[in-house]
Amino acid sequence: MANIEKKEFVCIRCPLGCNVTATLTDGEITEITGNTCPRGADYVTKELTDPRRIVTSLVRVEGGALPVVSVKTASDIPKGEMFDCAKALKETVVSAPVRIGDVVLKDVCGTGIDVVATANVEAV
Amino acid sequence: MTKDLVIIGGGPAGLAAAVAAKKAGIDDLLILERDNRLGGILNQCIHNGFGLHTFKEELTGPEYADRFIREAAELQIPYELSTMVVDLGRDGNDKIVTAMSRERGIFQIRAKSVILAMGCRERPRGALNIPGMRPAGIYTAGTAQRYVNIEGRMPGRTVVILGSGDIGLIMARRMTLEGAKVRCVAELQPYSGGLKRNIAQCLNDFDIPLLLSHTVVDIKGKERVESVTIAQVDEHLKPIPGTETEYECDTLLLSCGLLPENELSGKLGVPLSRVTGGPLVNESFETEVPGVFACGNVLHVHDLVDYVSEEAAAAGRKAAEYVTNVSESVPADDEAPLRLTGTNGVRYTVPATIRLSHMEDSQVIRFRVGSNYRNATIRVTAGDRVLLERKKNVLAPGEMEQLTLKKADLETLPAGSEIVFEIAM
Amino acid sequence: MRDVIILGGGVTGCSIARELSAYKLDLLVLEKNSDVCEGTSKANSGIVHAGYDAKPGTLKAKLNVRGNEMMGRLSEELDIPFKRNGSLVLCFEESGRATLQRLYDQGVANGVKGLEILEGDAVRALEPAVSDSVVAALHAPTGGIVCPFLLTIAMAENAAVNGAEFLLNTEATDIRVISGGYEIDTDKGTMQAKVIINAAGVHSDFFHNRVVGKEELKIIPRRGEYCLMDKNVGDLVSHTLFQLPTALGKGVLVTPTVHGNLLTGPTATDIPDGEDTATTAEGIAELTAKAALSVRSLPSRSVITSFSGIRAHEEKDDFVIGSPEGFPGFFDAAGIESPGLTCAPAIGEVLAEQVAAYLKAEKKSDFIPTRKGIPNMALAGPEERSRLIAADPRYANVICRCELVTEGEIVEAIHRPVGATTLDGVKRRTRAGMGRCQSGFCSPKVVEILARELGTDPAQIRKNNPGSEFLTGYIKEDI
Repeated sequence: MANIEKKEFVCIRCPLGCNVTATLTDGEITEITGNTCPRGADYVTKELTDPRRIVTSLVRVEGGALPVVSVKTASDIPKGEMFDCAKALKETVVSAPVRIGDVVLKDVCGTGIDVVATANVEAV
Repeated sequence: MTKDLVIIGGGPAGLAAAVAAKKAGIDDLLILERDNRLGGILNQCIHNGFGLHTFKEELTGPEYADRFIREAAELQIPYELSTMVVDLGRDGNDKIVTAMSRERGIFQIRAKSVILAMGCRERPRGALNIPGMRPAGIYTAGTAQRYVNIEGRMPGRTVVILGSGDIGLIMARRMTLEGAKVRCVAELQPYSGGLKRNIAQCLNDFDIPLLLSHTVVDIKGKERVESVTIAQVDEHLKPIPGTETEYECDTLLLSCGLLPENELSGKLGVPLSRVTGGPLVNESFETEVPGVFACGNVLHVHDLVDYVSEEAAAAGRKAAEYVTNVSESVPADDEAPLRLTGTNGVRYTVPATIRLSHMEDSQVIRFRVGSNYRNATIRVTAGDRVLLERKKNVLAPGEMEQLTLKKADLETLPAGSEIVFEIAM
Repeated sequence: MRDVIILGGGVTGCSIARELSAYKLDLLVLEKNSDVCEGTSKANSGIVHAGYDAKPGTLKAKLNVRGNEMMGRLSEELDIPFKRNGSLVLCFEESGRATLQRLYDQGVANGVKGLEILEGDAVRALEPAVSDSVVAALHAPTGGIVCPFLLTIAMAENAAVNGAEFLLNTEATDIRVISGGYEIDTDKGTMQAKVIINAAGVHSDFFHNRVVGKEELKIIPRRGEYCLMDKNVGDLVSHTLFQLPTALGKGVLVTPTVHGNLLTGPTATDIPDGEDTATTAEGIAELTAKAALSVRSLPSRSVITSFSGIRAHEEKDDFVIGSPEGFPGFFDAAGIESPGLTCAPAIGEVLAEQVAAYLKAEKKSDFIPTRKGIPNMALAGPEERSRLIAADPRYANVICRCELVTEGEIVEAIHRPVGATTLDGVKRRTRAGMGRCQSGFCSPKVVEILARELGTDPAQIRKNNPGSEFLTGYIKEDI
């Protein structure tokens, strides 16, 4: 007997915010309902197969005008890696000055994606 | 000191206004910023999602601010940091700006024109009348955001958030990713005032429940918050007895609305809108005090910074035009302006008046609606004439709406006509 | 053995300390909280009552009128804001006139000057915002408003300058009679003194009863809730408006504060726990309904904060002042509820005389009766502002936008005698955080200044008592 599962989503591709339901049969998407346009189906498919997020966070700065600098993943990483990414940044320390775009951590969690600074911090 | 133009505030609005004014030929201008750097509140908004309209890419707050800071630097726009404007007055057509800073002490600037760009502040606990004790551990979301994102400190370990405004939602994710436990977000209204993408990516991603139609009815703890009691509310937003749940936590964050910060505008006698709390402005973003302009969140609270930049740039251009006209003693005209009003769900419009003689070929009108609508039509009328109808799949109080009026459509209206914005179902 | 230990650094204890600091005495004030003015004194109406409320012949009546008389000079000596704005007791029904007359007679008997009964229209001519339903009012021109924080803090500072010692964060837990005096247990060890002054507010019954060995006093903590409104509606009324009891029960007041806000309150609820300063939805609703009777249009939307205070109501309804029979050297200042703030200077005067006589203490020749307040940039004129900034540029660094409080003022508040060590301490001395944003913008900056000036880490900085730290650690510590 096939294992049928239903999952609910609110599509965020536009302000309409459709409530979209995906039906999975044995883990495969078999039906998507509730979406007004194809973007809804696309959004849900992506969320079910390869959800990704840009992570923004902070790392400590040594010798800077501020104790921390804001950072982001240079592009989106797998959603499941968000906490591991934050953990990886726990031990990261950069020295001032820091410039927007500076790589503070290469290839975070083996994603192939770098974490880069999003603010400037002057040295003091 | 004299200046053609003084811009009060060096956040997104002030920067965009200064850049536009400078490009329009005003060289004798000065930005006064109370913080020790430019960028305003964007400096602590380290999340992404800024600039999709303006730069067609997704930036974080500090990156978005940096684009404007660099442009201002390239244009050699002068600014004073750590400078607080403490008074604003008038002497004839001139505006007298009194400011203080450690470097310069107390000083006055005689300015031909002033742009108000002071931003907004958060509604505090007191204004919400939340009962209970008054221990440490109750912060507005923005104050917590500053502690975390600027100082690298945690203001709490276990958190309840009241209000689903965007800053509250963003802080739910930020606190979670920095090691705190966010127990829930309670929202008084039956809908969230925040953006849908924030609910999806700041709450749902972390399994943080959003309790709609709920509010805080008690806070316990003598020195530090020990628990927060949340109850469901009825259709009149009154708590329903018997629905209380007590959440153990050490922190309550409040994200219950933003208020334009118009103390200085008040000193100048600038009339404010009862709805937005910001100055009433005409098509040039000029307040009822000639030569005083307003833009950004001090005018009305925006949802997207892109619109702040756009609005502020327009205010900057118009202020430049005013300075040029004053310098050349162009006589002021006394035409009766068109009056814009919102009704049937449209809460207000910015601008509130339009002088055709100063209007560009088209004018963006921004407004917010009072509740959620689906498949609604925004109708703009003047007397019996329908000027514009625009179908909208969805309208929400949390999202600013805009429509563009064309000058050609307005020119035939009698002077002083009322233009009404409303939602037709 | 010390000469004198005062239990409690509220307005009563600090007033007694200041008066006693004029004598050659070894004087200590014990306060369990992190600052003076942390109990009953921190949350009250700030009213300097004229003195018509108390029954003639009671201590309350005598001390009220005397305290009111003293307040003018005291506020000048201590450089604190005080305003004789006058008060009106509003009468809403014809049947209330008899009560109004009784208050008038009582006031005259107590020696209150300038009392008059005004008809409704005369009341509205004097105070246009008064509601149309008011038929008459008792006008007391000697009524006034004062800042309860600054009064208490200024008296403490002045006492300290004159040699009184303040031991904060120290809770007295028991007291016993010993040879030649008394011994007090505290959470920091035991202490002895020839004289103990019991100014322990809601806990004053405990110390009295332990000394006399029986349950003579019973303090019932009575909670009063208040709403404070924005300065932009502070000029709604200029007088303090009291109410005769109405159909809604005991009245509440509507008054400007001496800092220019509008205040309504208090409710009156007897509660079991003297530390339970919670506000309640019912209390605020009751308060709002009652206050709305006094004025034509109550600006309820302008509330910037609500709070509640605890009054130390003694069952027998009068102040207990002086030495209980058979216990020389133990002096009570107990059951001090309204009009306790008004009476505080007089209580200090009376008890200091008694204590000095008991100890045969001599007056100091070098007593300094005056104290200079912290500079106030918000109220200073242009020349004063320039002078302050020239002397110290930190007076140009605005920290609290709403109340215009500068770094210079905050630093001064921290380094004064009995200086601020907490956010609340800074707030009560400088008003940083008292404004309409309720410290949203300035609290991180004040935390930073406190940490810097006290030589500690921001994580150690508290709102008030231990356990009320603002920060719980660093980011990512718990992941």
